[in-house]
Amino acid sequence: MELNNFILLSAILFSIGAVGVLVRRNAIVVFMSVEMMLNAANLAFVTFAKANGSIDGQVIAFFVMVVAAAEVVVGLSIIVSIFRTRRTASIDEASLLKF
Amino acid sequence: MTAYAWLLVALPLAGAAVLLLGGKRTNAWGHLLGTAMSLGSFGVGVATLIEMLAKTAEERETIIHLWDWIVVGTFHVPVALQLDQLSISFVLLITGVGSLIHIYSIGYMAHDENRRKFFAYLNLFIAAMLVLVLANNYMLLYVGWEGVGLASYLLIGFWIHKPSAATAAKKAFVVNRVGDVGLSLAVMLMFTAFGTVTFGEVNAAAESASTQTATWIGLALLLAACGKSAQFPLQSWLLDAMEGPTPVSALIHAATMVTAGVYLIARSHAIYDIAPIAQTAVIVIGGITLIMGAIIGTAKDDIKKGLAGSTMSQIGYMILGVGLGPVGYVFALFHLITHGFFKAGMFLGAGSVMHGMHDDVNMRHYGNLRTAMKITYATFGMGFLAIIGIPPFAGFWSKDEIIRAAFSHSPLTGIVTLIGAGITAFYMTRMMAMTFFGTARWQDDVHPHESPKSMTIPMMILSIGSAFGGMLLLFVANIESWLEPVVGFEHAHGGPDSSVLIPVTLTIVAIGAMMGWVQYAKREVPLLAPTDVSIFTKAARADLYGDTFNEAVFMRPGQYLTRSLVYVDNKVVDGVVNGTAGLVGVVAAQLRRTQTGFVRSYALVMVLGVVVIGAIAAIVGMA
Repeated sequence: MELNNFILLSAILFSIGAVGVLVRRNAIVVFMSVEMMLNAANLAFVTFAKANGSIDGQVIAFFVMVVAAAEVVVGLSIIVSIFRTRRTASIDEASLLKF
Repeated sequence: MTAYAWLLVALPLAGAAVLLLGGKRTNAWGHLLGTAMSLGSFGVGVATLIEMLAKTAEERETIIHLWDWIVVGTFHVPVALQLDQLSISFVLLITGVGSLIHIYSIGYMAHDENRRKFFAYLNLFIAAMLVLVLANNYMLLYVGWEGVGLASYLLIGFWIHKPSAATAAKKAFVVNRVGDVGLSLAVMLMFTAFGTVTFGEVNAAAESASTQTATWIGLALLLAACGKSAQFPLQSWLLDAMEGPTPVSALIHAATMVTAGVYLIARSHAIYDIAPIAQTAVIVIGGITLIMGAIIGTAKDDIKKGLAGSTMSQIGYMILGVGLGPVGYVFALFHLITHGFFKAGMFLGAGSVMHGMHDDVNMRHYGNLRTAMKITYATFGMGFLAIIGIPPFAGFWSKDEIIRAAFSHSPLTGIVTLIGAGITAFYMTRMMAMTFFGTARWQDDVHPHESPKSMTIPMMILSIGSAFGGMLLLFVANIESWLEPVVGFEHAHGGPDSSVLIPVTLTIVAIGAMMGWVQYAKREVPLLAPTDVSIFTKAARADLYGDTFNEAVFMRPGQYLTRSLVYVDNKVVDGVVNGTAGLVGVVAAQLRRTQTGFVRSYALVMVLGVVVIGAIAAIVGMA
């Protein structure tokens, strides 16, 4: 039960998520990458909770899950409606909100 | 009747309100209402006088408190009317001459489509002038003072479609503002020094005031008087004010409003009595204006401007008279009343002449009008005899008394008034000769005719006043003892005796009149004014360069100042403001390029930001 391994896994997962957000164009994939970053953070919370013998980190992980579930609902519906109007899910196409 | 004295002001004010608010609906009967209101006010004035006559001299002063106007701590300014011998004299002059001029205007303005508005303004003037003379404190007097200024402005510019009239009105207004600064300064000084602005309390406090305070207040009041009464150095507006309709010139710019300065100084006699410097200043101003006005009068071919110069000169006499102190107050006011009669009469005569000559004011186009306008000739002639001071006409009595009082003050002031009398005789004879005598120089399509009854009857009444008013006031009404309780009176001591002075004065008047007669009645008057004239004539034709002086000393520097201020405002103040806005605009235009709309670039910036913050936290944490 090496603490560093868990933290390292969390960091790797987070970095994969972050790179996914930056390099992928498909909104659904970007969304999945965001979920991966959230779960990486959850893993770190749970790990520290276990190490400190406190339940706080686990509680926060549940909160994050709930918020993520709510966010998924809103995010997916936005992506669907964008797809319906523009016939594409590429986030580079949805770039009207600019100077 | 004294209790109803507020009707004096209320009647003409109501007339003005009805005519101005009623608009075109009142066109048909507006002139009749205006005249009725003025006559009604005159009636109330006469009734008040009769009641006053029944009382003894000491009881005649009545204060009618109407309501409190300003109440701040111990400072009280009521709206109250002061009825005494001085104010009732003015009330009767204003409403009496005013009513006659209302009647005259019915005929004179008959063909003017704005006649109703003219009568509304006349009523407004009467109301304001009555507020001025009936007020029992300087604040309320100020209200009337500004009110007559407004009415004067509106009436000078009555024919607003003429640019010259509009300019003249504006000029009168602006020059009067300069004088008004003096009045407001005087009121403030009184408040600071005495804590009150009521005539009675100021007069009482003045007795124990320091000479310096009294001098400053006196000089400030003199400035106010100079503006309103067209005295040097604020005289330039009066000649231009002749652009207004002739009844206005007769009422406002000869008989009543322009004499307000004399009233103001006489009312403030307690202050001047303890301030010899201020008194001397009043005498000097009066003396300068008396000669200046007379000289300007000698060179004018415009009959109304000639009379305007004469008005300045005659008011100069009055101002000089009130500057003499208790020996002069009564006679200055006496001259004011007689002048009100004969000068208003002559202005109405001039209006009648213009009426018959297609509004031509150039006397070089007149000549021999005595055959065509007998009534105008006779009434104007009465005024002429009165103003040059031929006994027993009104002007003789009043002017002679001022000359005697002036000699008792010093020989110099006496000689100034004598010279003034000589020049007056010259320019009035010139005017009389050019208009009514000599050969007819009428323009081709002009057929002079006598004016209608509504115009000639007021002229006749005023000419009767010019003939007998002086004797009536002096011997029957006994004006010295009548006014003495208000302004004080002393017999003039020193100086030459009347038995010497009267023949000398009359001789000088006769010389002046003879010179005028020889020059303008015996010789042919050229149709065009000669141009090869002496430098003095040129100066007099240019109003002794009053306008040139004002333009060079006040107007041009003022214009440069305002122009440079506008330049600074445009370039410096606006430059800073616009520059700041421009800078922000340019920076913002560049900054907004970072808003690309690409979600991934925003995410990259966020990641980089987090990395930077994390790095800083790590470095700080290690240290």
